[in-house]
Formats: sequence, structure tokens, C-alpha cells
Amino acid sequence: MMEPSEAPDGASVELLDRRLLFVTGKGGVGKTAMAAALALLGARQGRRVLVCEVDAKGNLADFLEVPPNTFQAQEVSLPGRASRANGRLHVMAMDTEESLKEYLALQLKLPLIARVGPLARSFDFVATAAPGVKEILTVGKLCWEIRRDHYDLVVVDASATGHIVSQLTAPEAINSLVQVGMVKNQTSWMVEMLSDPAVTGAVIVAVPEEMPVTETIELAGRIGTETSVDLATVIVNKVLPELFGRGEEEIFERLRAEPTRDALSAAVGGDASELLEGARLAVTLRRTRTAHLARLRQELPSGVPLLYVPYLFIRAHGVRATTSVAESLAAELGL
Amino acid sequence: MAARRLPRDRDEDAGAARSLEQLLAAKEIVITCGSGGVGKTTTAAAAAAMAATHLGGKVLVLTVDPAKRLANALGLEAFGNRETRVPPDLFTAAGATARGQLWAAMLDTRESWDSLVRTHAPDVRTREAILANPLYQNIAGKFVQSHDYIAMERLYEIHASGRYDLIVVDTPPTRNAIDFLEAPERMADFFSSRLLRWLITPYKSRLINVASKPFYSVADRILGTQFLQDIAEFFILFQSMYDGFVERAHAVERTLSDQRTTFIVVSTLESAPVREAEFFIDALAQKHLHLGAVVVNRVLPSYFVDRQAAATAQRLERDASRIAAELGDEVGPAAHVERVLHEIGASFLNYRVVASREAAQRAEMAHVPDVVATVPFFETDIYDLAGLLRLGNAFWR
Repeated sequence: MMEPSEAPDGASVELLDRRLLFVTGKGGVGKTAMAAALALLGARQGRRVLVCEVDAKGNLADFLEVPPNTFQAQEVSLPGRASRANGRLHVMAMDTEESLKEYLALQLKLPLIARVGPLARSFDFVATAAPGVKEILTVGKLCWEIRRDHYDLVVVDASATGHIVSQLTAPEAINSLVQVGMVKNQTSWMVEMLSDPAVTGAVIVAVPEEMPVTETIELAGRIGTETSVDLATVIVNKVLPELFGRGEEEIFERLRAEPTRDALSAAVGGDASELLEGARLAVTLRRTRTAHLARLRQELPSGVPLLYVPYLFIRAHGVRATTSVAESLAAELGL
Repeated sequence: MAARRLPRDRDEDAGAARSLEQLLAAKEIVITCGSGGVGKTTTAAAAAAMAATHLGGKVLVLTVDPAKRLANALGLEAFGNRETRVPPDLFTAAGATARGQLWAAMLDTRESWDSLVRTHAPDVRTREAILANPLYQNIAGKFVQSHDYIAMERLYEIHASGRYDLIVVDTPPTRNAIDFLEAPERMADFFSSRLLRWLITPYKSRLINVASKPFYSVADRILGTQFLQDIAEFFILFQSMYDGFVERAHAVERTLSDQRTTFIVVSTLESAPVREAEFFIDALAQKHLHLGAVVVNRVLPSYFVDRQAAATAQRLERDASRIAAELGDEVGPAAHVERVLHEIGASFLNYRVVASREAAQRAEMAHVPDVVATVPFFETDIYDLAGLLRLGNAFWR
């Protein structure tokens, strides 16, 4: 099933040793599934892991089979046994308004409702008006969890390709807009954290199709030029299996040709033409995707490791699917 | 939840469109929506190309996706904020005779905001001050929500100009599918908000009232005074455009719910896009907006769900060795033939699982709109107008 890949180099081996991973990608590529799988894998390897859903679609809860996700982190009981005893997995959904309340309560030590009331009520407007407020409340909360050492690893099911750059650059943007005050200091350490490749990494999820590959290449470029975040890895999801090996394609072509096809139908006791047509479709899809994959490999900045996850025919979501993806990733990472 | 249109209602609604052709013939604005990666932009372009070919008139496809491939497919080097005509000879080259004209434009958020400011600013000084304000530049260029609003605003502007018979709009990828439907309302709310008054008042009158004082002390400590002043300056400037903006936002809102406007929900049959499509369909119903059609892309061939074919595939997988022997040497070395046969059977059964799952998804969706169009899995990417028309032909009638 697996795409032949080079032995994982240094960068990908240490993927899970980073503290903060932003998982992004074009819509529909399996970004949430990969975030869930990376988190699960991290926990199985003995880490205290938090996985956070930013876009609040509620899909992350499905992949881990937990009740609807809230701002308050809930612990996920790990399927199977964690390979080391202290491995733990928590899951939360980002809620920027809750994040603001938590921030104000922590930082200003104000009685919450009395003082924050008017601010919270107008929150939507503030967030719309001032640049990057929602982004900073998201990134800020996650950075803070690491700074306080609440978790070894925070995996973010981050914004899709269109918005991830503004999310990653929000601390810098705010840092340059605000000249003094608490926010100035706080965004300073956030910037430091985000630009340290030992701490923070971006993970782009792609599928071997034209638009996702194009967007991945573009995003990899933008992450390099517009942000200070290190592109840790690109995960290629939904890789189709190669049906036929060397020399077998000719056999397949012979089977499809008239006299053999009829002989095959007779031997199998049913019309074989639809089976052959189905196989031809599978071969074509695989071939088209291989071409896109080749372009991805060629145009990504050199040194960015690629991890391959096979297409799951059987299950599309749920813990079993997540576990299966985590196992593929573990194999790719040499774990 | 507002009432869904169930199949039995259809007979009573004799005027309802039965195909995309009829739908597009009856409407002036078609808005495609759905989750990312389902072929929304391509569907919008294909629908516009089909309308220009078969219905005639001037048709515009307005996209937010700067995909170079789409530009190339439309015979354009690139297209920007300005509306550009697709060369007529491209239709000839694709083997079609266009009765009308096809135009394309991309939505450049920044440029559209600037032109909006130019329209509504009371004087040159205010206009220049707004355009130069760093906060404005942030909002216009980077804000996710600002894309939603500006897309609807631009649509309104083009529609009101009367330049086109039909406008097909590809919606921006939103965090939440209904964000852009609410964008005009939010924009109007925003400009009428109490917060805006709070932000502006002290800098106008130097009087901070009792209600807003705690807000200021908190905001001051967190953000610093300078930043607040920047924000206030921006809003004082922006408020001069208040009336124009609010009026405009309401007009945009009315356009969305106008009878001449319809929505096409695009999806594949994977579970996440289907869920988003259903969510969107409900949101449209709640807002009393017209759902014209659902287009289901990339549907696997139906033979994968055929029971007899599946039984044959199982036998092929199980008896590969015997069948290889029966076929004899001329096909190839027996061991290889056996493996190939086994793979054909196994692959068929794999795809069958996916096709069955998708058929179930389809059945759950089926009772939703007047028109549900199914588009087969195309084996190659669409890279020219002929490809768009081929796709269009799959959902047209």
C-alpha cells in the first residue's frame, strides 16, 4: 500500500519531539484526521498531548469518538494501551471568546462578569474590528499551554490553507502594531516560540490531486517567506495502492482484450468486463495521482520530508480509522 | 429548522425547475456553495459555460479562487478584478457554438474594498486617510470575514449594473458555510454598534461615560493607549461612510433573498462534505433563501454497487489460482496472472466499499432539493473549455 519513500531523515524523526504542531491543508484533504492521528501517536509514545480544533466544525470529536468538543479540554481514553504509562491525550475546541475571558481572568485578576461584561458582549465586534484578535487569542492560548508546561505536545487542527498564514503571523503583526503594554511582552515570547524550529512546526496535509498539490506548493512557499514558522513535514494522504507490478500491466491488457476477456468470464462464472473496467479506473486514478505526487516532490523546498498515508477504503472516520492512520504515520516516521 | 421541501411537495409546485438548464434559464444570480475541495469553482465555471453556450446572453462567472488552471481553461492568461471576456473562438475549438458571451472575473478583496471606500468616502481627504490607515489595510487585505462581505457586495454591484443576464458566483471558502450569508447583516450591525460609539466618543469629546469606563481601563492595560487611538481614528474616519455602508449592506442582503437569486450546493459523497452540504441546505431554508439544486461531484460508477459483479469479484479473488491455470500460458506466467486476477477482484471489492458508503450518503441527501445532479468521476483533470463543457453536460438536463 505504501508509497516507496526514502528513509525518514532527521527532521521527520523529531516531528513529535516538537512542542507545537500546526496541521493545515486544503479543505477535504483529511487535515482533522491527521491532527487526530498525530496526537494519538504522540500520546501512545508516552507524551502528554493536547489536540485542539480551531475551525469548530466538530469533526475532531468524531475522529476520537468523544462527546462534542468544548473549550474545556477533556481527556480521551486511549484505545488499546498507551505504550508508556504517562501518555495522555486531551482534546479541546478553540473558542476565542472563552479564550479572551480566560486571558483577562488570568492576567488582570479581575472579577470576571462585572468588568468583562461589556467587553465580552461586544466581543464579536472587537474581533471583527481589530486585526488578528481572533488569531492571537487562538495562538496565544496554545502557546500559553506550552509555556506553562501543561503538555509535552500541542497539535492544532489549524485553519485551512487560505487562513493559516494570518494565524501564524498574528503575534508578529500585533507585536508591531502595539508598542507597549502586556500584549507587547506576551506577543514577544510567542514570536520567539513560533520561530524556534525545535518548538514549533507546520504540517501541511495534501492529497495527490491537482489543486491540493498546487496549494501545498504555494503554501510551503508562503510559510517560508511570510512566516517564521518552520515547515516540519508534508503528509500526503489518500495515496492509492499500485495495482500491478512490473510486467503485470501487460497481463492486465491481455486480459482486457476480446478473446481472453470472454475466457475469463467463463472461468470466473460471471461477466468479467465490469471488473476489468473497475481495475482500469483504479489504475488510471493511481497514475494521475502519481503524476501530481511527482510534481509535489519536485517543487517542494528541498529538505522537507514527506510522509505517506494510504487511502482507507474501509473506514473514513472514527477511532479505528484514526488508529490506522496513526500506525501508518508511525511506520513512516520509523517509530 | 424550517421545513425542507419533500418530494411530494414537488407536484404542487409545478413551476419548479426540473434541471439545471431550467434553473439557470430562470435566474439571474446563481451562487455555488459547499465545502472546500468538492469542485465548487469548476462547477460554477462549467455552469456558466453551459449557460453561455445553450441559453445565450451575457454570462459572468465570478470566482474567488485564483486558480491558474481555471484561467487557462477559459483561455485567459490570468484574470483579475476586472471582468474579462472569454475568447469566442475557444468555444469553436471546444466543438461548441456559443449563443451568448462568457465573461470571467476574480474577486480581489483588497481592490474591491478600495473601490468601496472610493464610492462612499465623503471627500478626498477622508478617502486618502482611510486608504492609508494601517488598520484599514489589515482589515481589507487579511480579514477572513471581510472576504465574505466583499464577495456579496461585489455581486450586488455587478448585478445592479445590469451588465449581465446571468452571474454565477463561486463563494469564498469560509470557516463556516453560512458566514457569507450573514456577512451583510454583520457589517450593518458592526457599523451601528455601541462598541463603535464607545471607541469613538472619548476621542471626540474626551468624556468617558460610566458604562464604558471599565472597558477603557481594561483595554488600556492590555493594548496600550496608542493602539486604541489608532483604532478610534480609523473608526471616526469610517463613520463618515456609515450611511452609505449600512444602506448598501441591506441592499446586498435583499439581493440574496430576491426571487432572481438561487443557490447551488456542491458536494462529493464523502462524509464531511455531505454533512456540510446538509448543514448549508438547512441554513438556506432557515433564511428563506432559494435552494435551486444540489450537484454531486465525483460519483463512482454504479457497477461497483452491482451485487452480481461483487459476487464475481469475490470468486475472482478467491479462485485466482484455478482461473489463472484455466486461462493458460499465453496470457502470462501463471503466478503473475494469478496475482493480477487477485488484485482485480480485491480492488473491485475495495472500491465497492467506498461506492456503497457513498450510495448510502446519496440516499440520505436525495430528498432535499428540486434538482439533484450527479456528475461521474472524471478520470483526468479538467484543463480546457471542452473539459468544462463535458462536466457541464453531465449535470445540465
